[in-house]
Amino acid sequence: MASANANISRFEPPTAPASPLPAYQLFHNKTRAFVYGMQPRACQGMLDFDFICKRSVPSVAAIIYPFGGQFVSKMYWGTKETLLPVYQAVKTAAEKHPEVDVVVNFASSRSVYSSTMEILEIPQIRTIAIIAEGVPERRAREILFKAKEKGVTIIGPATVGGIKPGCFKIGNTGGMMDNIVASKLYRPGSVGYVSKSGGMSNELNNIISQTTDGVYEGIAIGGDRYPGTTFIDHLLRYEADPNCKILLLLGEVGGVEEYRVIEAVKTGKITKPIVAWAIGTCASMFTTEVQFGHAGSFANSQLETALAKNAAMKAAGFHVPETFEDMPTVLSDLYQSLVKAGTIVPKPEPEAPKIPIDYAWAQELGLIRKPAAFISTISDDRGQELLYAGMPITDVFKENIGIGGVMSLLWFRRRLPEYASKFLEMVLMLTADHGPAVSGAMNTIITTRAGKDLISALVSGLLTIGSRFGGALDGAAQEFTTAFDKGLSPRQFVDTMRKQNKLIPGIGHKVKSRNNPDMRVELVKEFARKHFPTTKLLDYALAVESVTTSKKDNLILNVDGCVAVCFVDLVRHCGAFTAEEAEDYLNMGVLNGLFVLGRSIGLIAHYLDQKRLRTGLYRHPWDDITYLLPTVDSLGGKGRVEVNV
Amino acid sequence: MSAKSIHEADGKALLAYFLPRSPALTKESSATSFVPAPPRLASLTFPDDSTATVTAVLDAAEATYPWLLVDGARFVAKPDQLIKRRGKSGLLSLNVTWSEARAWVAARAGKQIAVEGINGYLRTFLVEPFVAHAQENEYYININSVREGDWILFYHEGGVDVGDVDAKASKILIPVDLESEYPSNATIISTLLSKVPESQHATLVDFINRLYAAYVDLQFTYLEINPLVVIPTASGVEVHYLDLAAKLDQTAEFECGAKWAIARSPTALGITAPTTGSVINIDAGPPMVFPAPFGRELTTEEAYIAELDSKTGASLKLTVLNPAGRVWTLVAGGGASVVYADAIASAGYANDIANYGEYSGAPSETQTYEYAKTVLDLMTRGSPVEGGKVLFIGGGIANFTQVGSTFKGIIRAFKDYQALLHTHGVRMYVRRGGPNWQEGLRLIKNCSEELAIPMEVYGPDMHVSGIVPLALLDKRPVGISAFGTSGTISVM
Repeated sequence: MASANANISRFEPPTAPASPLPAYQLFHNKTRAFVYGMQPRACQGMLDFDFICKRSVPSVAAIIYPFGGQFVSKMYWGTKETLLPVYQAVKTAAEKHPEVDVVVNFASSRSVYSSTMEILEIPQIRTIAIIAEGVPERRAREILFKAKEKGVTIIGPATVGGIKPGCFKIGNTGGMMDNIVASKLYRPGSVGYVSKSGGMSNELNNIISQTTDGVYEGIAIGGDRYPGTTFIDHLLRYEADPNCKILLLLGEVGGVEEYRVIEAVKTGKITKPIVAWAIGTCASMFTTEVQFGHAGSFANSQLETALAKNAAMKAAGFHVPETFEDMPTVLSDLYQSLVKAGTIVPKPEPEAPKIPIDYAWAQELGLIRKPAAFISTISDDRGQELLYAGMPITDVFKENIGIGGVMSLLWFRRRLPEYASKFLEMVLMLTADHGPAVSGAMNTIITTRAGKDLISALVSGLLTIGSRFGGALDGAAQEFTTAFDKGLSPRQFVDTMRKQNKLIPGIGHKVKSRNNPDMRVELVKEFARKHFPTTKLLDYALAVESVTTSKKDNLILNVDGCVAVCFVDLVRHCGAFTAEEAEDYLNMGVLNGLFVLGRSIGLIAHYLDQKRLRTGLYRHPWDDITYLLPTVDSLGGKGRVEVNV
Repeated sequence: MSAKSIHEADGKALLAYFLPRSPALTKESSATSFVPAPPRLASLTFPDDSTATVTAVLDAAEATYPWLLVDGARFVAKPDQLIKRRGKSGLLSLNVTWSEARAWVAARAGKQIAVEGINGYLRTFLVEPFVAHAQENEYYININSVREGDWILFYHEGGVDVGDVDAKASKILIPVDLESEYPSNATIISTLLSKVPESQHATLVDFINRLYAAYVDLQFTYLEINPLVVIPTASGVEVHYLDLAAKLDQTAEFECGAKWAIARSPTALGITAPTTGSVINIDAGPPMVFPAPFGRELTTEEAYIAELDSKTGASLKLTVLNPAGRVWTLVAGGGASVVYADAIASAGYANDIANYGEYSGAPSETQTYEYAKTVLDLMTRGSPVEGGKVLFIGGGIANFTQVGSTFKGIIRAFKDYQALLHTHGVRMYVRRGGPNWQEGLRLIKNCSEELAIPMEVYGPDMHVSGIVPLALLDKRPVGISAFGTSGTISVM
């Protein structure tokens, strides 16, 4: 077996510094970037894109995460894995990766200002994409002012980013991998586009891939009022880039940035053919004022309306369709004419790459299966609402099913009749506490006084529960049921137990007797007789009691015995369980569960009580312990100690 | 949305508190000492127009603002609901006693009126002391933000008839880099105040410095005071801002929320807060209110969707444009929703567009269900119309929104409204792409067959809004086949 490490690809930084890039080129197929913020999905998307573009090294050099303690993050590289270093500071990351010149900043709107200002101090960084929405306008302006001063290109804020097919993908641009493949973004085409909205950039990728040889580069500048770079900045880059043949501008109502593009076309700064459309033409036709999705998409004057922009762009010689739906036709016609003119020479189509598909997504699509390591059949926290055995938590309260109802859902995965739920609650109430002197409570008290926490104190009490303490319930249920099922008469049962020298669990009380009955037992008997369909085992146990009390007055059916036999009557005859289920639950020790749950109330009470009383460490007095040590003589010279009591 | 208008009363409260407090940007020391008067802003809100409510609100105001009852005091009363040119619409009561102001407000409180073609209810009023002054003491000042910095516009003849200030006013651009490029007092005086008597220069330049400092400190994006009144007194001048319109950058709430709140705390406003029934605010005052424009009070359904929207990271938006409209949309994505509205309008159905809205950002199945149900409920009210109605279930190619699960929510809503959808003759057109789109389209197509709803379903090979001309103009794009059908070309 190869070790897990053998499947991890590692990438060394380049040894020679890259030659300086032309100003129009922000990204190429060796571009290396930092991702600021813990964004495993975006990083993985970038790496998947790199992989299908057949890049030799991943585009993400490292992750910067100021809250991170973790120093690597594991990612997939194709079907293998790779490790991305995680740094807490931009400066350290930059020192370790001098080849990185792009930062994809996923910092939140609250922290994006400080992090971007910090990144702008790193001279090697040429491009920063800011993803956050809701960056205050004043801060956005300060960022773009400083970036201009430093000669850094800012994409965003409030954008998905952009994509350069075959080279580089910013964060989540392009959507899922199958969409990226469907839009052929794994290899460059000839159309460079710029849009505001990131959502519409997926549509542009789609339209361009269907009507031309594909996208050369696409940037979404973001919908805020002050984007770091605007349409003109990117269109001028595309104009300067000899590989980009067609420009595409998707503008929007609001702002005047489209007019700067018109100006550039008029002055001859842009000569390549340009297809354009401004969305939001409907705004002029509404009588009411509608705020569209983007902060910047609001016409402050006639000039800023989409209709005026489309008309002006058309007048300036842009290829403007009649409606947005006609854009594919316009683009297709333009492309075909450029192919005919020889400006664009279509390249042979490479084979569509295989997409590495994520396990979770494949599962979502129902393509794969695997055996689960765990199965749970009682509760589900994944949906809109917490479910107890299928019952939404709001219904639990609406129907007021009580703690007994919740227990029946979670313990038995079904609703029990109301009296059964009430009986469960009754048992909890009866077993909640039995004074400080019993061994469980004693342990809890001593542990509490040793200064331990609630859980330790509770658990030390619970751990004493077993066949001697608190276990009478289970034992009683077992013995009475076995005898009853075997058809032993009560007298035969008592005789058999005596012959075996066994005490009958659930029989006998220290002080109570037939004439001085235990009120707890009376309550349980009364409840069972009143509500249960039958009380066969209780009746049997009471017959046994009449045998034992004839021998000694205090050999009564005690509360443990009474609860136990009533519980057996309940599960056997309430109608909610089959005979097998009933036996199964009894064998699983569900009665012990009842006792543990009930007594936990009391044990916690003892813990709180001791804490409240500020009691100190307990030390048992010497005079209460009989010390019987062997004398030195009896050691027998061999170091063995034998104590005969 | 970032830049949002605020109530005039709130704008004035912010200035009253922060003019003396905001950190100075100018490096020159101020020549005058500035002591603003304590704010006197009686803000009155009327939930309805019943006499009992109106009387109760006005009585409460007399208790909260005892200065209203001072003998001989004169007041200004006006609605405070982002209405422009109130004076021209008869919505300004000037130089009146409290009893006159009270009667004036009572006559209008909660009533529906039309202002410049927009119908709305008068709900919020502002009553404040009247400042007697001469016309020549009125100035105009405006600060607004652009990409390059902030423009300060100043005009020496303010007032309601100020006219085209863009053309007339003196302007100065304060660049973004305040640290090194903030103009000197001399520059401000020479650019903005050349037409103002020299005796007022010192005071005005200090006021402008302070006003701009507050503008920056509180992240205003727009601030207009007209008229700004500067009255010469024996000891110098008094500055009053009589009418004010302002916008704040709502996205700066995390930086400025505490400042916005404290300026509007009872202490800052000089009033005694009611001791009972008060809620615990997260800051030292109530959170800033961004009122809807006049006449754009949310309908019940819009308010319901806004409420859903506020409770989730996803985005759910709904504006009802025309409840009687025949063309309804259920569109995913901010960009796509605009494109759909465009397509419907350009197909000649601008007057038939019933709603504008969008859902995006991966809403859950239940959230989509609630959203779809609200739209279906609205579109199946009243009696059926001739020719039936059209519903576009559109959207772009989603990045991460699960098409399968959002469509399951929509399908649940269809099941609730099956009968009504039939009664109203609703035809549906679907176009969607994104994660698991095949499953989503398959589910909705099956549902349409099961519920007998006329529906055409398309995937990402259809143009994002291509179903609009298809449905409304019967323009069928060549070579694109409906989802689940085989290609259009068959080989015999």
